[in-house]
Amino acid sequence: MKILVVDDFSTMRRIVKNLLRDLGFTNTQEADDGLTALPMLQTGNFDFLVTDWNMPGMTGLDLLKHVRADEKLKTLPVLMVTAEAKRDQIVAAAQAGVNGYVVKPFTAAVLKEKIDKVFERVEG
Amino acid sequence: MAELQLDSQAPSFQKEMKLLAEDLLQKIEGGDLGKVVSVVNNINEVRDRTLYDEIGKLTRALHEAIKDIKTGDELSEDSGMDQASDKLSYVIEMTDKAANRTMDLVEAGMPLNTDILNGAKELQVQWQKFLRKELKPNEFRDLTKKIDAYLSQTQVNSQEISTQLSGILMAQDFQDLTGQVINRVTKLVAEVELRLVDLVAMAGEVDRITGISHADSHQNNIPQEDNKNITAEGPQIDTDIEGVVSGQDDVDDLLSSLGF
Repeated sequence: MKILVVDDFSTMRRIVKNLLRDLGFTNTQEADDGLTALPMLQTGNFDFLVTDWNMPGMTGLDLLKHVRADEKLKTLPVLMVTAEAKRDQIVAAAQAGVNGYVVKPFTAAVLKEKIDKVFERVEG
Repeated sequence: MAELQLDSQAPSFQKEMKLLAEDLLQKIEGGDLGKVVSVVNNINEVRDRTLYDEIGKLTRALHEAIKDIKTGDELSEDSGMDQASDKLSYVIEMTDKAANRTMDLVEAGMPLNTDILNGAKELQVQWQKFLRKELKPNEFRDLTKKIDAYLSQTQVNSQEISTQLSGILMAQDFQDLTGQVINRVTKLVAEVELRLVDLVAMAGEVDRITGISHADSHQNNIPQEDNKNITAEGPQIDTDIEGVVSGQDDVDDLLSSLGF
């Protein structure tokens, strides 16, 4: 399972990577915004995308829209891990095709639960 | 910064205007068009001169206000604004350092703890065999050696983990330092607001002289709710506001209501 973690703050990328490692996912790579993430996704054969929303360059929501519009990537499971906490925003992310939505600050248990749920649905 | 000199020109401006207006009336009644035009020109000149004076004062005051904003760091030559951005960069730097230091220590400590756990599991299996009298004498000798090695190694690991835990504790000292810095910046923002109010009063004087009246800016504002552009806004400080979720449970409820 190859996972791309996208966040503009290196500490948050590190936290997410550590939590993913504890859950048994050791094959992770990082990108600091949508602009760097998109080419990695297009060529990197990733199985899962974990992305922040608020980033310079390209935001997570735009990245999600690009992923869903890409013939090769459109079925890629996407989990959004973000501080954006308005109902309108969550609805917009859902409409754009997000598979899971975790609001910061979050716990390891919540992240695990959402990841499990995303794969349950994708595989089921 | 010198106190803002409000209305210093205005009384003489009013007096001058009044005299010129009276003069203008006299000239009109006198019927000399040339003299009337000359008085009108005088009126324009007084108005322009006062306007330039007021705009000059406003510009100077704005400059002084920015230059003189204090953050309590009087020794520095930088203005308060420069200092404020430096200080906030310092907060980012400090929190970044603390977070990375903490994660370094956690990452270093986890394998030590895993060793303790795995060692105990392994020993327990053999120990239970011993209790069930299933160990051969040579296996028992092996076990005693393993127990001895485990006890020594566990002491080393525990010591190391204690040092790492203290390190994690110490890494939290950023809260005190960044808290002080943020308090200063908060005071600065309050001072900027005060000065802006003064400047608005001065700008009001310019408006009065030029006869400009401003349309109510609220009428032109498009309400936020009507704006369908959903953009990133960063963390919501107050989760009691309408339309803001209060946590993950709210998010889950909202998503499940959307069929997730």
